[in-house]
Amino acid sequence: MRITADEVRATAELARLELTEQEVGSLERDLSAILDYMTDLSALDTTGVEPMTHAVPLFAPLRADVLGLQLDAETALADAPRSEGSFFEVPKIIEVSE
Amino acid sequence: MTAVKELMSAPDPVAAIAAAVRSKQVTALEITEAYLARIAAHDGKLGCYYRVDTDGARALAKNLDEKIARGEEPGLLAGVPIGVKDLLVTSGVETTAGSKILEGWIPPYDGTVVAKLKVAGAILLGKLSMDEFAMGSSNETSAYGNVKNPWDRERVPGGSSGGSAAAVAAGLCAASIGTDTGGSIRQPASLTGTTGLKPTYGRVSRYGVIAFASSLDQVGPFARSAADAALVLRAISGHDPHDATSLPESVPDWSAESSDPKGLRIGVPAEYFEGLEASIAAPVNAALKVLEAAGATLVPVKLPHTRYGVAAYYIVATAECSSNLARYDGVRYGLRVPADSLGVMYKKTRAAGFGPEVKRRIMLGTYALRSGYYDAYYRKAQQVRTLVKRDFEEAFRHCDVIAGPTSPQVAFKLGEKTADPLSMYLSDIYTIPCNLAGLPGMSIPCGFAAPKDGGPQLPVGLQLLAAPLAEGQLFRAARALQQRTDFHTRRPPEFA
Repeated sequence: MRITADEVRATAELARLELTEQEVGSLERDLSAILDYMTDLSALDTTGVEPMTHAVPLFAPLRADVLGLQLDAETALADAPRSEGSFFEVPKIIEVSE
Repeated sequence: MTAVKELMSAPDPVAAIAAAVRSKQVTALEITEAYLARIAAHDGKLGCYYRVDTDGARALAKNLDEKIARGEEPGLLAGVPIGVKDLLVTSGVETTAGSKILEGWIPPYDGTVVAKLKVAGAILLGKLSMDEFAMGSSNETSAYGNVKNPWDRERVPGGSSGGSAAAVAAGLCAASIGTDTGGSIRQPASLTGTTGLKPTYGRVSRYGVIAFASSLDQVGPFARSAADAALVLRAISGHDPHDATSLPESVPDWSAESSDPKGLRIGVPAEYFEGLEASIAAPVNAALKVLEAAGATLVPVKLPHTRYGVAAYYIVATAECSSNLARYDGVRYGLRVPADSLGVMYKKTRAAGFGPEVKRRIMLGTYALRSGYYDAYYRKAQQVRTLVKRDFEEAFRHCDVIAGPTSPQVAFKLGEKTADPLSMYLSDIYTIPCNLAGLPGMSIPCGFAAPKDGGPQLPVGLQLLAAPLAEGQLFRAARALQQRTDFHTRRPPEFA
């Protein structure tokens, strides 16, 4: 299974990773080798086999809807790269087209 | 001071220290100072600890000693110095997961395991080295340096909990905490001659454990012996309302259960021995013979989907990691590379903060989840997971534990496998199926083998697997073997 450099770039875009051209090259090589190994699975007939999403049966217990201990804003923001008042500060989100 | 040294080199230091501190033969502070001194003397050669929390450890020890002086119950792990993998968040103590993207992060809370250890009277010595975000089998993807194997410092300790394993092997803590997503406790335990246990999925809370692959991750102990591991596991197990996947089952007192192997049915899967090097197979088979001679029965079992485990695992685990690691975006904590727009900031931050193996896995997982590939990879892998689980269900109709090698090889040389990620992945072949099925698994020392490329003899691990929640059967088999052999009491000569 060959993955092309363009597919590496498109996947990196989805993963929000900026890659150097050198990284694109090594990922093209490594991912191709790994995906090649994974094609082994296609030899296995899994018709009608239920996919297993989790190791244990999950249930969704409900707790009483009461306020518990929460981090206050100051503590929550203590590790923020940038903050202002009680907010995390980020660069502009909306791109304005010319 | 002699008493302290004797406790530290006891075959079961956790049990010995807890008993001595509880009965006031030694103080928690004396024990803590002795371990801090040992770390200061030896860790420079190994690199197990990212950071030693000297002040925090002393404060915990003093508190405990005061508690004992007041006649209060000191807890199951009274005064036991423990190291914790840097994947577990610790209030006020930097936590990095081995990654540059979390450098300098000071968590505002303790995870459940850490909180439980403190309640049990354990003394937390510091944070242990690991592969970045627990992604690796040699501790070499750590952004803050390798860990060296105490048995041969040219070799890896295994991974991803390499620091946790090496610290116990070298006596730089009485026990430690690691995490296991595809073998990250059992494989390093095998490579360092320690006892390591991955509990049943859901037995131990994952709250405050930095997530890698949420359907596979589990926290567990490293110790010198199975008896010590049972004590630590008891202290950290139990239902936690903060983790929706933690199981409601009560926690047994494994230490009080019988270790008589008479009547124990040990399943031996042919698939785990096919093509296995003779130097690894010999000590594993010898251990099985010891248990058989003590009254256990060896039963051949089949695990036919073993060979598909690695491929299925690296699809499921990377898909989950690509989703879990999306949170590292430079907004709320950790590294931020400034940029004019949010999108560019994300990409530059993640490019600068993640190492090559983490990027590779995020890419692989993102690719496997892309529309058009989802059915071929992710769904297929989940179906294979079902088949692997069914293999075990069938096998456990005929046996109580399954036994085999933990790793196909002894510790390899630093740098030997870093250029070929696939060969690194394949070294997890025997440990991965246990995570896919959510079973408890353990690695205990069962002998030594000479590495093919020369150097001193290195530890070999026996892997034991049991049905969900049957940790008791693992402890039974492991304690039975450790009562009849002395491999777990051997020390690396440099750190004896």
